[in-house]
Amino acid sequence: MTILVIAEHTNAALAPATLNTVAAAAKIGGDIHVLVAGSACGAAAEAAGKIAGVAKVLVADNAAFAHQLPENVAPLVAELGKGYSHILAAATSNGKNILPRVAAALDVDQISEIIAVESADTFKRPIYAGNAIATVQSSAAVKVITVRATGFDPVAAEGGSAAVEAVGGAADAGKSAFVGEELAKSDRPELTAAKIVVSGGRGMQNGDNFKHLYALADKLGAAVGASRAAVDAGFVPNDMQVGQTGKIVAPQLYIAVGISGAIQHLAGMKDSKVIVAINKDEEAPIFQVADYGLVADLFEAVPELEKLV
Amino acid sequence: MKVLVAVKRVVDYNVKVRVKADNSGVDLANVKMSMNPFCEIAVEEAVRLKEKGVASEIVVVTIGPTTAQEQLRTALALGADRAILVESSDELNSLAVAKLLKAVVDKEQPQLVIMGKQAIDSDNNQTGQMLGALTGFGQGTFASKVEVAGDKVNVTREIDGGLQTVALNLPAIVTTDLRLNEPRYASLPNIMKAKKKPLETVTPADLGVSTASTVKTIKVEAPATRSAGIKVKSVAELVEKLKNEAKVI
Repeated sequence: MTILVIAEHTNAALAPATLNTVAAAAKIGGDIHVLVAGSACGAAAEAAGKIAGVAKVLVADNAAFAHQLPENVAPLVAELGKGYSHILAAATSNGKNILPRVAAALDVDQISEIIAVESADTFKRPIYAGNAIATVQSSAAVKVITVRATGFDPVAAEGGSAAVEAVGGAADAGKSAFVGEELAKSDRPELTAAKIVVSGGRGMQNGDNFKHLYALADKLGAAVGASRAAVDAGFVPNDMQVGQTGKIVAPQLYIAVGISGAIQHLAGMKDSKVIVAINKDEEAPIFQVADYGLVADLFEAVPELEKLV
Repeated sequence: MKVLVAVKRVVDYNVKVRVKADNSGVDLANVKMSMNPFCEIAVEEAVRLKEKGVASEIVVVTIGPTTAQEQLRTALALGADRAILVESSDELNSLAVAKLLKAVVDKEQPQLVIMGKQAIDSDNNQTGQMLGALTGFGQGTFASKVEVAGDKVNVTREIDGGLQTVALNLPAIVTTDLRLNEPRYASLPNIMKAKKKPLETVTPADLGVSTASTVKTIKVEAPATRSAGIKVKSVAELVEKLKNEAKVI
């Protein structure tokens, strides 16, 4: 058995989610190869070669792969992936975009967002916004799988010395073009990788009030998230959304501020190690999952918390 | 321009589902069923394109049991022109659904296919991308903005770090994210009118598609529950607990 892991990267650097995906591959067992498809992605490929447990790195360096357009990358992965027992990618916006296109090209079903490996062909995944966990078995010749990072502890980024091999293959399919991107610039850690996350909900009342959370987050070295209600209300952008339809996080400490705790939100954060809820409504469902609940006015509690930590 | 919208009948998003005692699945007996929320956004986007004069006809399709006609009628009441039910009472995987949709695309020849990014029951987030591979169309997934310009469609996508915009040649596939639009409610006169709009029923066999799957569900369990912790009385007590008991700060 040989497993192909599709690296998540920015060309210049490897994204941490790759390490969780390799961890899932290691649980399945067998040789692990990592594909870095990008443009001027030598640095990412070099980093991939150092990941503990990786036997080989394949590098497809082509301008057509610079922005991970699925019309260009999926045919490459399908072509390279044919001989593998499994193809794994992180369940990031990128992995979710590309991998189903690979699966259909190979005429196999895909298994999305696994959280556990039972055996080489059997996996667990959440359904119904995490309200049920399905165990699924695949008889596909090539098992195409996306991996939810929070389900697997990352492997070490250093310690491996895999051979790096250049591969060619599909290039610009001529169907799509990259126009531009607006990436949120922040000095705070990335939401899905942060050890502490402070999130705000509808109780924040407006976007300006999120400054209280930013101040607390900066004191704690935390990332700032939000509930879908806060995003829908226009307080903050969608890339801050934690929940079933946003990002899935599992930090050491999750502080939910002014969040009632709808199931869609809980689905995105209930695997956090310690959950703190601050809400003035003592009946809020968030208190049913919180390790420490504080019934208080957030506009008094958050500044006080910032002072004391 | 013809627009094809694919929708799915799912458990209403307000229903808290329960796992069956025999772990064979979730209990769907007597629960409210609705159109998948992302599919409502897809229908709305198509209707807006028609209102802008970009779309000339909206065809809505679903794959599901006879009762899925309800969701097609909802889409017709919201502004779709005609509907197709690919009738199947089996629980189909995304690849089978994508193959059926490919057969419908071949027949209808739409310039744009709009569908939800994922269904809130199986949470797969696969079908649009798979249809992209099968048709060879470009795909704009997780869309928060869609602009048709000549023979291209510009799609702004919700990605992990922010937003990305791509230009796709038509025909193309768009999958919707939450912020694309706010779906309207159907008015009573439109609900009445929708009853008279054409609704065609076909079967997977009519379309010549095999719906065999390589994945089977062995069991479905309730997730591990988290028990409620304690209520602290003050911010000072909270900080003390986090430092000395939980040791996370």
